Amino acid sequence: MESFFSRYRNPMILGIVLLLQVFGLAVQVKRPIDPKHPEAGSVRMIRLWVSTVITPLERIFVGTGNFFSENWHDYVNIGGLRRENRELRQQNEQLRIGQAQLGEEAAQGRRLQALLDFKQHLVIQTVAAQVIGSSGTEQSRVLYIDRGARAGLKPDMAVITPDGVVGKVRDVFPFMAQVLVLNDSSSGVGALLEKSRLHGVVKGTSTGDLILDHVMVDEKVEPGDRIITSGGDRVYPKGLPIGTVAQVSPGSDLFLNIRLKPAADLNRLEEVLVVTQPPLSQADSETPVRAADILAQRLPGVTPKQPESAPGPAGGQGSAATIAAPNPIPPKPKVVRPPLKKTAPGNAAAVPSAGATPAVTPASATPSPAVPSPTPTPEAAKPQ
Amino acid sequence: MSAGVIYTSREEIEVYRFNYAATFFIPLAALLLQSYLPVAFHGRLYFFDVFDLPLLVTIFFGVARRNPVAGSITGAVIGLAQDAMTHNYLGLFGIAKTFVGYGASSLATKIDVENLGSRFLITVGFYLLHRIAYLLVQHGMVQQNAPANWLHSLGAALANGLLAIVVFAILDKFKQRG
Repeated sequence: MESFFSRYRNPMILGIVLLLQVFGLAVQVKRPIDPKHPEAGSVRMIRLWVSTVITPLERIFVGTGNFFSENWHDYVNIGGLRRENRELRQQNEQLRIGQAQLGEEAAQGRRLQALLDFKQHLVIQTVAAQVIGSSGTEQSRVLYIDRGARAGLKPDMAVITPDGVVGKVRDVFPFMAQVLVLNDSSSGVGALLEKSRLHGVVKGTSTGDLILDHVMVDEKVEPGDRIITSGGDRVYPKGLPIGTVAQVSPGSDLFLNIRLKPAADLNRLEEVLVVTQPPLSQADSETPVRAADILAQRLPGVTPKQPESAPGPAGGQGSAATIAAPNPIPPKPKVVRPPLKKTAPGNAAAVPSAGATPAVTPASATPSPAVPSPTPTPEAAKPQ
Repeated sequence: MSAGVIYTSREEIEVYRFNYAATFFIPLAALLLQSYLPVAFHGRLYFFDVFDLPLLVTIFFGVARRNPVAGSITGAVIGLAQDAMTHNYLGLFGIAKTFVGYGASSLATKIDVENLGSRFLITVGFYLLHRIAYLLVQHGMVQQNAPANWLHSLGAALANGLLAIVVFAILDKFKQRG
């Protein structure tokens, strides 16, 4: 009796060859994430297929687990206290985020940054999402969340918790999204030392640690110093905690070797918030504006309509009225002046930042490391 | 008169096969668990990354089928699917697991792979081979410079070896005599 394989050998070989070609094609071809929303971008078919197969099962697992646990707890807490607690916790998370941003904003108001009068009012809209999966490998620190393009998520949106930054959205699918966690070796965040206002770049390492890069050896950095987002990378809202300095040692080059303890517990992530609306200051500053431009425009305009009672920006108090006042500066200042050297987008002199000394002395602005693009890739190339 | 030395008995070189459901759902379950377990056990998100269930399944199918072609294809498919769950290039795990699938199938025709000790050693060995292949491709083709933490890899290999004893015992129930 002929075996199954010998009997259907030719059709099977044909099938295998076809399958391999389809498989190879799926690896190369990109398809829209959501045909109804072409603006959501595209993704490789193979990723879409595997995610489509894996994530519904994960969703079922998570959903089933939640169903039983919630019912059990609801049964014990008859008054629905758990549900109410969850709602209050979400409100509390939003308030804590707001508090962190307001605190940073107030600190800016106390400095001469008020002179530049950028719109620093962080208006953030977030979408709460639950972590439903991970890459499962040490080589790729990514998470899967249960919100996708249908919830308004797009690539490069910041993912945070009330404790601090988690990462950013990488690939978006209709009903879920992939989040690149902060401590992945391909992650990067424009960062700021809260006390000294030094700029740097927080990166992940292959071992899952966080480091602060691009801080010169002659700078004073101490363990315990808080690191916050600088907002210059146009992904993360300014002022969110990234972590604290855990260890400082001289590096091999001109930069310090600074290890960080992340503010958010990246190993205990259950629910996260995705920032769907960037801060106004970031949204409005699509065209880089140089500090020199701002200052050049501000100086002639100091004399007219300066309220006598209001303390000047140099007064050091930075009243709430000063902070809350609408920005009189147009997005693109047109000032007749001698041509200046062009600055690259992302340069500290071009991006509004809290530590930008150019507010006082634009010509001798403290050079800061270039703020990274949303996805700094230390390696030669990264996958799409 | 000479003969090739094969360190196994006739019974030990028994070729097994699996039904289509097992062929599809066992790797799928491995991928699912690999992704889900770190999240299910909050607080140990990356602890479970030490274990590589898809690799164990690749080895198991390889040694059970004893067919290098089938082992290679199985490793490639499982590896590519695992790649798709990461944000790295597709093919890093694919190539590494193709090597493992081929190696496991080839080795299974030479030595006894049915007892616990050999299963442990095979898994430890192939975990390290998998790691080396991954790093070679990562450095050579993708130009990503990830440091090789060999002490950690050795620990992970031993952990996977112990886990393999349990996992293989469970998967044995899906074997069918070919």
